[in-house]
Amino acid sequence: MRTGTLRQILLITDGCSNHGEDPAAMAALAREQGITVNVIGVLDKDAMDESGRREIEAIAAAGGGMSQVVYAKQLSQTVQMVTRQAMTQTLQGLVNRELKQILGSDVSLEDLPPDKRGQVMEVVDELGETVALDVLILIDTSGSMKTKLPTVKEALVDLSLSLNARMGENRFSVFIFPGKRAHAEKMIDWTPRIEELTAVFPKLASGGLTPTGPALREAIAYFDRKRSLRSWISGGDEPYIEESSL
Amino acid sequence: MAMSHTSKNRLCNLPTGTVVTGKWHGRSYRLLRRLGSGANGVVYLAESGRTRVAVKLSDDYASLASEMNILRRFSKVQGAALGPSLLEADDWQSPFARETIPFYVMEYIEGENFASFIRRRGKEWAPVLVVQLLSVLERLHQEGWVFGDLKPDNLIITGPPPSVRLLDVGGTTMQGRAVKEFTELYDRGYWGLGSRKAEPSYDLFAAAMVMISSCCPGPIEKKGDGRAQLLAIIEADRFLAQYKDVLQKALDGRYQKAADMRRDLLAASSRQTSTKNERKAAPGRRSRRQAKRRGKARGIVETVVIAAALLGAYGLYIYWQLAM
Repeated sequence: MRTGTLRQILLITDGCSNHGEDPAAMAALAREQGITVNVIGVLDKDAMDESGRREIEAIAAAGGGMSQVVYAKQLSQTVQMVTRQAMTQTLQGLVNRELKQILGSDVSLEDLPPDKRGQVMEVVDELGETVALDVLILIDTSGSMKTKLPTVKEALVDLSLSLNARMGENRFSVFIFPGKRAHAEKMIDWTPRIEELTAVFPKLASGGLTPTGPALREAIAYFDRKRSLRSWISGGDEPYIEESSL
Repeated sequence: MAMSHTSKNRLCNLPTGTVVTGKWHGRSYRLLRRLGSGANGVVYLAESGRTRVAVKLSDDYASLASEMNILRRFSKVQGAALGPSLLEADDWQSPFARETIPFYVMEYIEGENFASFIRRRGKEWAPVLVVQLLSVLERLHQEGWVFGDLKPDNLIITGPPPSVRLLDVGGTTMQGRAVKEFTELYDRGYWGLGSRKAEPSYDLFAAAMVMISSCCPGPIEKKGDGRAQLLAIIEADRFLAQYKDVLQKALDGRYQKAADMRRDLLAASSRQTSTKNERKAAPGRRSRRQAKRRGKARGIVETVVIAAALLGAYGLYIYWQLAM
């Protein structure tokens, strides 16, 4: 099995989008291009309104990823868990496909006897440890998210701590939305060290707009741009793990 | 998460008497009560025939299969068991859920929770149990593993005589990889004191935290400089302060082997008891010496009085002789 790069978008938001395309549609678009979209909803004290929760679940479902709604306090633990579990899930999907190719029929992990499952999981665990991972972090900085940004920052540093303990390579990139000029604004370009983040989060634009859909669209485009740039330089396409194309 | 909210709730609230039957091996287990629930599953006490076992149910095939791999490896390790031994793995066609639920059956370890044991029996048990824990960890590390999610909840005290055993191997990770599962308070990454790479010193940090948290009432929460905060907690507690050197070395990741930390902790413990004895002995000896001194003084007074009386009597005798 070739080892490529897993690609994820991690969306951190606290509520409803109110501008531009349907974010779930954009997430579905990402999935078609082999990018998993995970969503974390951050609560203050009081519960999130039902439509916000529904939107978060819809985006993750369409993006083939995971969603979780948490209080700001539990954010660190959740961010790293969601990212890792989404990785395992993608890799499992991949191994399941391989299994089907080898065994020819509709065999998946669940259909194997429990003892055989262990052997398959060993392969998944091994891949999860060694595979390269690109995570584009997309942070909602509109309105009430402002007070939660220090916690978000902490959670992201914690995420890099967890992922950088793996043997595989990691790269992170951070975008915030709404941006000053575009819908999403790049804060950090691809880097293995997210600690640089302490310098960012400048004066944030306030305003009523939450363009989650357009921001997702721009995030996907950024993945593509990076890819084409690199193929210009290296003269070849890097292998990506695209769940949808396997 | 891997386990959706509703299905986890359902698995958590299976009524007593529910019979779980495996579709591959056909054995049945009658659930007696829930023992605990974690991030990726629920454990029940169950009986199969007359034997009592622990059954872990989950709807996350992947993490359950990973855990079974670890339990299976552990059972191959010679000598005392490192975790509960794995008895069987199967799937349950549950009437409560549409899909089949995977489960595995393991040895039921009867005992008391670490924290409640310390609360009941006293702080002096904490270093004793941590010394025991370090021998278990040493063996685990020699096999190339790191326990990962080390915390009081994952330790159980069996006995008598009281001895520590590890529960819940969900965080157990091959050395050199990223620690699979952890709990913030016991994670050196959270405290800003190291990476999450699975290496022996990761577990030794957690072992020091187990000792700190079990001797220190009230919740601990990180504020600002983690290291300074932990050292302040150690110094503020008279009991913990006696173990400051060992704990600080473990928190700083300066122990490479569990055996080294165990040796130092043992040495610190015996030093504690001997100084306590000295302190007790010292006032005793002092008082005896004082008593002796007082006795001597009394002796002198007595001699003087007797001598004076004799002199007085002799004086009277001379007087009478002269007067006659």
